[in-house]
Amino acid sequence: MEFRKRYSSSLWEEMDKLQREMNRMFDSAYTNRSGTVFDFPAINVWTKPESGQVIIAELPGINPDELDIKVIGESITISGSRNSPEESEDLKYHRQERGYGRFTRSIQLPFPVESERVEANYEKGILKIWLPRAEADKPRKIVVKSNS
Amino acid sequence: MTEELRKTESQKDEMVEQEQVERTRETRLFMPRVDIYETKENIYLVADIPGADQDSIDITLEKNILSIDARVASEKPTDYSLTYAEYGIGDFSRKFTLSNEVEKEGIVAVVKDGVLSLTLPKAGPAKTQRISVKSV
Repeated sequence: MEFRKRYSSSLWEEMDKLQREMNRMFDSAYTNRSGTVFDFPAINVWTKPESGQVIIAELPGINPDELDIKVIGESITISGSRNSPEESEDLKYHRQERGYGRFTRSIQLPFPVESERVEANYEKGILKIWLPRAEADKPRKIVVKSNS
Repeated sequence: MTEELRKTESQKDEMVEQEQVERTRETRLFMPRVDIYETKENIYLVADIPGADQDSIDITLEKNILSIDARVASEKPTDYSLTYAEYGIGDFSRKFTLSNEVEKEGIVAVVKDGVLSLTLPKAGPAKTQRISVKSV
């Protein structure tokens, strides 16, 4: 059983790798595996249906005081900026791959949010936003009564 | 460079295994984006390594190959399941060949908010040495 499990996972990895290489050959740099263009910052969304969602984004080198997070109804907007690199006469750039400038991203949520209880933390360049689902919107368990 | 962050910036470059030695750790491996610039005295290298801190970064300089390795612990919110993903989580690794002679003892590395900044001082007297020609 152990052997089979390992075998199948490496097979998937192999397929994944193959697909990545195919994409590298055919695709432009603007699209990812599924062919969609992503906004900045890229996000990962974690869900626990009864309690809410956690949105995580990689935003290295940002002053958390300049991050602006707004929750309006069922959508959240994250905006901020990353300072432009130093420029000076005696400074010679060899590589410049890191982006800078302003960004804004709005994300549509699948449920209304308890806006007072939204929490965000920024650590090691990673932004985490905890979005608790509005109490009124949570699914209710209906007790079935029987008239016996 | 434009004012707005380019859309392609949101995607990390993943390393393909053929490009480097195979790994034993079962995580993905990404190439950090870097800025490299130089002044008269120093070479500066700035790398984006979100998720890594001072304890998980290894910087080595062997001969003139500078290696940056940063391990990223995949933190999962407990009891939550990943429902939508635009980026992968994995370690960072990248190697550079330094062209100038670098004062190895004087290298300073600082990490803040997922950004690693390296200051590599250039070796002083070796920079340009004029050899005077004597006439006999």
